[in-house]
Amino acid sequence: MIVVIDNKMGNIRSVTNALSVLGAEYIVTQQPSDLAKADGVILPGVGHFQKAMFNLNQAGFTEEIVNYSKLGKPLLGICLGMQLLFDSSEEGGSQRGLSLIEGKVLSLKKRVNNLAVPHIGWNDLKIKKSILLGGVSDGDCAYFVHSYAVSTVEQNVIATTDYGLDIVAAVEKGHIYGVQFHPEKSQSSGLKILGNFIKLC
Amino acid sequence: MVLIDGFSVLKTINFSSRRNLGSPVTVARTYNTRNIDELILLDIDASKQNRAIDKFTIMDIATELFMPLTVGGGIKTTKDIEMALKMGADKVAINSEVLRKPSIIREAAQEFGQQCITVSIDIKKVSNSYKIYSHTHGLLLDLCLFDFCKQVEQLGAGELLINNVSQDGLMEGPDLALITLITNLVTIPVIAAGGISAPSDCTQVIEAGALAVAAASIFHFTSYTPNECKESMKANGISVRL
Repeated sequence: MIVVIDNKMGNIRSVTNALSVLGAEYIVTQQPSDLAKADGVILPGVGHFQKAMFNLNQAGFTEEIVNYSKLGKPLLGICLGMQLLFDSSEEGGSQRGLSLIEGKVLSLKKRVNNLAVPHIGWNDLKIKKSILLGGVSDGDCAYFVHSYAVSTVEQNVIATTDYGLDIVAAVEKGHIYGVQFHPEKSQSSGLKILGNFIKLC
Repeated sequence: MVLIDGFSVLKTINFSSRRNLGSPVTVARTYNTRNIDELILLDIDASKQNRAIDKFTIMDIATELFMPLTVGGGIKTTKDIEMALKMGADKVAINSEVLRKPSIIREAAQEFGQQCITVSIDIKKVSNSYKIYSHTHGLLLDLCLFDFCKQVEQLGAGELLINNVSQDGLMEGPDLALITLITNLVTIPVIAAGGISAPSDCTQVIEAGALAVAAASIFHFTSYTPNECKESMKANGISVRL
């Protein structure tokens, strides 16, 4: 069973709609103890890094997610949920992230010139081979909505996209996965990615 | 773009002269398989009837649509926006309320982020000048369209949807001069709707300055598909998702 964490931020209905269509068994929860029954965990999220970490800490999720990650079962962070997997964010002030993958989250505004931030829209992916992105071809598009992007070591990166600079679009470290774009809004390529994740669980 | 009157999809001409085209969920399902990039669902009777777009309609459509969804119709308050986003919309389009109370844009952008606030403006061309049209009241406003567009951007709108009501449903080609006038004024993305009659029109709309093209009649009433529009744009050097 997949456990979708409801961090009281943003709309998770799109994610669960996709899981339903793909035939996955899932629950949506605000209870950290539910992670004990998970074969896979999805951490969605739209909004502010600092607020999101604050909510995870308040609800008692932070420790449970870290414990879960040590079990070697798959975890997928989507959009802000991916950013939370890292050490810190320029949007986070002194608030630390989950530190499941080393790296930090940087503001796009300071780094892209002459391009709109937030970056909203369809962009094509440059893909490295990985199980999560299986069946998705180099050049396939995904839907992005973000103002911050991850900076991490090359070996964690499984996809990038070009928005004035190479933006990290997807990461993988062991069983921890993250996508900066919204697979639940990215039509057939997005559903393929979610389908691959479900198979990993 | 899909227009509804509460529960049924409409085909309109100049936003009136209506024909019923059935359930929006069925139409959305078709679009989902047709590789469009985004669906804009507008309930054009909501403001007139002093209600917001039906939340179950949004929910039913969002359940089957794995692409960005913008919804509009009677959105007046941050509560309405919260409802629409909760039901599965990614953005809301605000129109009538912006004419009554422009500051709603700032309130909404601060609470939900600029990226999900689209301002939609209905425009009519009357004796060679462009007027803002209030669909709720059925009249032209004595308000400078161009000042208004700049104001909307300053207040924090993430995107502008311009509906050329004079061209709506006629499939006689878009008003490119209007698109250029507006896109020269603002830096936020402009989506142009109204008048698309052939794939080549889409290319012209982008070349006129719009970031995206919205269309309805062409897909309902001609054999052209969204992919044919995109292929034509690609052949003209415009970057599209195929």
